[in-house]
Amino acid sequence: TSEGPQVIPSYSSSAMSEAVVPDAMVSPAVGGPYGEKASGPGVDFSYVGIDAILEQMRRKAMKQGFELNIMVVGQSGLGKSTLMNTLFKSKVSRKSVQATAQEKIPKTIEIKSISHDIEEKGVRMKLTVIDTPGFGDQINNENCWRPIMKFINDQYEAYLQEEININRKKRIPDSRVHCCIYFIPPTGHCLRPLDVEFMRRLSKVVNIVPVIAKADTLTLEERDFFKKKIREELRANGIDVYPQKEFDEDAEDRMINEKIREMIPFAVVGSDQEYQVNGRRLLGRKTKWGTIEVENIAHCEFAYLRDLLIRTHMQNIKDITSSIHYEMYRVRRLNENNTVVAHANGMPEHHLAAHEM
Amino acid sequence: MEPTETDGGIMEQPKNLEGYVGFANLPNQIYRKSVKRGFEFTLMVVGESGLGKSTLINSLFLTDLYSPEYPGPSHRVEKTVTVEQSKVLVKEGGVQLLLTIVDTPGFGDTIDNSNCWQPIIDYIDNKFEGYLNAESRVNRRLMPDSRVQCCLYFITPSGHGLKPLDVEFMKRLHEKVNIIPLIAKADTMTPEECQLFKKQIMRGIQEHKIRIYQFPETDDEEEMKMVKRIKDRLPLAVIGSNTIIEVNGKRVRGRQYPWGVADVENGEHCDFTILRNMLIRTHMQDLKDVTNNVHYENYRSRKLAAVTYNGVDNNKSKGQLTKSPLAQMEEERRDHVSKMKKMEQEMEQVFEMKVKEKLQKLRDSEAELQRRQEQMKKNLEAQHRELEDRRRQHEEEKERWEAQQRILDQQKLDNSRTLEKNKKKKIF
Repeated sequence: TSEGPQVIPSYSSSAMSEAVVPDAMVSPAVGGPYGEKASGPGVDFSYVGIDAILEQMRRKAMKQGFELNIMVVGQSGLGKSTLMNTLFKSKVSRKSVQATAQEKIPKTIEIKSISHDIEEKGVRMKLTVIDTPGFGDQINNENCWRPIMKFINDQYEAYLQEEININRKKRIPDSRVHCCIYFIPPTGHCLRPLDVEFMRRLSKVVNIVPVIAKADTLTLEERDFFKKKIREELRANGIDVYPQKEFDEDAEDRMINEKIREMIPFAVVGSDQEYQVNGRRLLGRKTKWGTIEVENIAHCEFAYLRDLLIRTHMQNIKDITSSIHYEMYRVRRLNENNTVVAHANGMPEHHLAAHEM
Repeated sequence: MEPTETDGGIMEQPKNLEGYVGFANLPNQIYRKSVKRGFEFTLMVVGESGLGKSTLINSLFLTDLYSPEYPGPSHRVEKTVTVEQSKVLVKEGGVQLLLTIVDTPGFGDTIDNSNCWQPIIDYIDNKFEGYLNAESRVNRRLMPDSRVQCCLYFITPSGHGLKPLDVEFMKRLHEKVNIIPLIAKADTMTPEECQLFKKQIMRGIQEHKIRIYQFPETDDEEEMKMVKRIKDRLPLAVIGSNTIIEVNGKRVRGRQYPWGVADVENGEHCDFTILRNMLIRTHMQDLKDVTNNVHYENYRSRKLAAVTYNGVDNNKSKGQLTKSPLAQMEEERRDHVSKMKKMEQEMEQVFEMKVKEKLQKLRDSEAELQRRQEQMKKNLEAQHRELEDRRRQHEEEKERWEAQQRILDQQKLDNSRTLEKNKKKKIF
């Protein structure tokens, strides 16, 4: 999972912009625009060493660890917990943690968040999975998105409070929801009114990644048809799911994200059981007519989802959450405070369109 | 031959027959008559959209009830629950079956699904009432039976037991119609998950005291075994498909995945064949009987009890609300008479109209004939005149000719006279 460039261990000092005389070797492959070819062993006057900052950042990040908060939303029985377990290859879901496997559908929506510390190749991550049992399961699902919106805004609020504190911590604990995975039931026809309503409201406050759950129920033609229908409906309703078009920073981003946008929603199958297939042990589901391999892209698109969420776009997701969604919330909140003050002073208000709850 | 006890407590011995009487042929007679009459069956399918109901119906009856031209309800987004019925006549081996499929698009699809079962209950009650009224008539020769005889309820394969909507629906409808719960899209689950899910559902059904359709007990060993096999696999997990795929050289109906082909008719893949056999081949008549004897009777007794209860309570004349057979007959007679009168009036009107028309036509033709006569007369006169003219001409010509002849004659005479004179002269 190392994403940093190749770094030569000899440049391990943390001092910045030091003209270091390379005694052993020089490498023109060191990244950065300053990579000048050294003229040989000896003093290199053109090399400053700014690119060493990358290594410093990397070490610091590794020491600090990363935080990731993922929320899973969907009707019960769509495989949310299984997918979480599959994504992080460990039992991180609520069901695996709670001793009493709760099979009954709760009467109201609850929000349960479970945190785990996982580590890989020296990189530590604090993963929080926020589950929403009871969503969309009642007979009357009116306003079932309210508790979820409230939770997300509460996390923003908590962060805001910490930020505007006079004595604030060096590192504010980040409990903001970075990404919300929405599970669409594999009807094969179109989005349900509930799906449209929820995604419409929540795409404004959080990054939504829609996925087609239990995709092993659709043949390839049905899957393509369903995806096209979903993309049309999302467009028609003005729902901006991650990766959002307006946040593409440059042409390269746009190219990569366009490719992703053509594939969403990902049709996923989750499994935490291993089977022998062709002499290899793979995660999969075994049925009487064949074994579905979870990580085989010919079978399902789980691998794409995992790459998106973890291997390539994780930092981007967090950045968008903190720099865009959180900032919108912050501006709104601070303006609300201002209008309160303005009222008291008799000054004309300056409204900001409030997002509907 | 052991003596058997009947209800009256009288011991009856089935008697041995000395010879062949022939009433063993009765089943054949019934069979022949039934085949001639044809059969009817009304089947209702209920479930959220996208669960494969239309595909299953198409697979069950091997017809295209829902086709691209007339797509199933899932393709039409409904805001409220509607109840639609489609009729199809299926023929096989000389036997006709008039199949009515009652569909419920919009069920469970909106955000607020409270009371989404109400239109369905109303529909079923409506059909019962229609039958009750038809049965209570004095003249009941034609009595079409459109009561819902079976309801297939599709459960989403969540793997987590029954949803609140499922429980509510089944609790309200298990006393009105035979409910057969099915697990839809069964290819979502592995065999273990399927077993677990079925157990959860059956437990939920027992917990909430839902009475789904019970298979009748029989004395026949074979049948008992079959029924037990079905009972063990309730609720049936089904897959539907009408596309034919080649598997190892065999053509089967199934669904093609990258990892294999799910065969609809394979007993190990799903319970489709069990459902089809049960619904069509073995238990169709029993479903109709249970509907008639149990559900319909429940409805009827409840309806009539309510009516008489009201009648007793009210101080008004009972005859208003309760309908004794005589009053019923009177009313019917009056109805009949008034109907006859109306028909008579109508017929008279029609008759008058027709008479007028005919008269008009005759008059027209008379006028026509008159006209023609005049015409012909005129023609005749014209011809007559022409003829007269001609004759006159002819006469004139004749006179002239005669005159000319006379002149010629005169001349001839003169000439001959002069000739004679000359002759005489010459002689001297």
